[in-house]
Amino acid sequence: MPGDVVIRAAGLTKRYGEKLAVDHIDLEVRAGEILGILGPNGSGKTTTILMLLGLTEPTEGRAEVAGFDPLRDPLEVKRRVGYLPDQIGFYDGLSARDNLAYTGRLAGLARREIDDRFEAAMVRVGLPEYGRARVGTFSQGMRQRLGLAEVLMKEPSVAILDEPTTALDPHSTQEFLEMIRGLKADGTAVLLSSHHLDQVQSVCDRVALFNRGRIALAGSVTELAGRVLGGGHVIDVEARGGDVAGWLAAVPGVVRVQPLGLGPDLYRVDCRIDLRAEIARHLAGEAELLGIRFAAPSLTEVYNRYFEEARDAA
Amino acid sequence: MPLRERRGSPWTGLGTVIAKETADHLSGVRMVVIEVLVYLVALVVAWFSTTTIRESIGESPFLFLRLLTTAPDPIPFSFLGMVGLVTPIIAIAFGFDAINGEFNQRTLSRILAQPIYRDALLFGKFLARLLALTIALVSLWLLVLGLGFIRLGLPPGFEELIRMLGFLVATIAYGGVWLALAMLFSVLFRAPATAALAALGMWLLFTLFWSVLVTPLLATLIAGPSEGILGPSVAYAETAQILNRLSPETLYGDTTLALLQPSTRALGLVFVSQLRGALLGAPLPVAQSFLLIWPQLTGLIATTIVLFVIAYILFQRQEIRA
Repeated sequence: MPGDVVIRAAGLTKRYGEKLAVDHIDLEVRAGEILGILGPNGSGKTTTILMLLGLTEPTEGRAEVAGFDPLRDPLEVKRRVGYLPDQIGFYDGLSARDNLAYTGRLAGLARREIDDRFEAAMVRVGLPEYGRARVGTFSQGMRQRLGLAEVLMKEPSVAILDEPTTALDPHSTQEFLEMIRGLKADGTAVLLSSHHLDQVQSVCDRVALFNRGRIALAGSVTELAGRVLGGGHVIDVEARGGDVAGWLAAVPGVVRVQPLGLGPDLYRVDCRIDLRAEIARHLAGEAELLGIRFAAPSLTEVYNRYFEEARDAA
Repeated sequence: MPLRERRGSPWTGLGTVIAKETADHLSGVRMVVIEVLVYLVALVVAWFSTTTIRESIGESPFLFLRLLTTAPDPIPFSFLGMVGLVTPIIAIAFGFDAINGEFNQRTLSRILAQPIYRDALLFGKFLARLLALTIALVSLWLLVLGLGFIRLGLPPGFEELIRMLGFLVATIAYGGVWLALAMLFSVLFRAPATAALAALGMWLLFTLFWSVLVTPLLATLIAGPSEGILGPSVAYAETAQILNRLSPETLYGDTTLALLQPSTRALGLVFVSQLRGALLGAPLPVAQSFLLIWPQLTGLIATTIVLFVIAYILFQRQEIRA
């Protein structure tokens, strides 16, 4: 169960000259919670992360991370936060151990702690035999794992992971997502920025959708589906014969009908309440109903629908 | 928004950065190659210099200073000339990728996400490089001193040793100027090659063109022609001297001249009236020589500090996203 609030932002704003990069965002993340932050490039995700880390100063507003103000106490914040940047870089000429020992010393760890934690972290990320290997010989996936090992070595209260699975193959991605769940199990609050919506949906407790520097939507995927897809219930219908889409749209309470694209007879129906029985009754005699079932609301659909509507509104 | 003062020492992590960066430089291939080349050339120069000096051993009381300043046959430059040439190059080689290298390796955001301020990172990098440069120069200095001792069969006199130490300090300060400049360009330019070329360009400007092209041109524009009706123009000469002293090359050249040529009595314009009573050619006491070079030495150190401060301000203003 999520615990105390460890990340709190109130009215956090960042301007670069005339450009408003982050516009008065409010945010809360609790210990043991995974918050996914989503949004198109340039929507303010990375700037928000940098402000939370104390790497850039907010123009307005306040933040508190692990009980400290990143602007006033950046060193205390950084002692408690593990950060995995996108496209992580290491000193290629040094071994994995030397790279992590350097950041470990900067983090104030004693030599013994560095040795113990390094071994444990390397086992946890699946690289136990690569401690003495030069990082220059590592694949991008191994670098990502090594970056996560660095986060683990700090035993942080907060982990900020920026596009952590970009360079990973599907199998490694699943392993990586499992490691992120492991952080949650340790009680670490995780801020996960990613464009891979299915991955975000699979590990995150809540998501925050960034658009033009603001958090446009925040909540669980089910809550967002309720707000964006107009219902909260998504029903997949397989039926053939006549104008099935038209008949489905005519059912009272149906918000939206769209072909699923997986076959000619598959439709996805968004509705406010469970309408499976009404749909079955409505189609009886009009079309041949082959199947009807609940579908989990998809974050991808929420995301796409939100930005379609935002584009239409603009 | 009210100003909120940041807490924690700006030097947190400074020692860690210095240790890591110094180790990188002392063990790196770049450093080893440069050192081997410099040591070889220095040994050859010192060997031939001692051969020349041994043939005229009774002519000067400052044998070890001659070891540094004699350009022996068949080598066209002295040890001093070699050091003056390679010190800026080594310093530039150390500094040109100090910060942009971190950007390009995408290590900067990872490092600055640790509990360390940018102050400590930049200052640590500078001190580590200066330390590596100092180690290289001290070992070179000891090497030549030892070779001179063996080949000449005499230890250096106390005054000679003090002058040679002063020369070492001035050389480190001179290297510091070029190191700070190279690091400034490493903050300014994202491409290391651009930073290296810009620094080398500045070095060429001050080494080859400043005193022969830039100074005469500017001095003429400011103070008129170099020759007046009654002979050389004093206003021109004074302006040219001020302009020349904007060059670290001139400051270093003046410093080493006064330290390694004890008979040097002045570093600027000297009128005949000022020489009344002077024993021309007689060596100046070492304390007087140090008084003579004090402004130049201070100028070199001040230039290093100014360049570092500019780099520091620019680095503080940069957005860290890599």
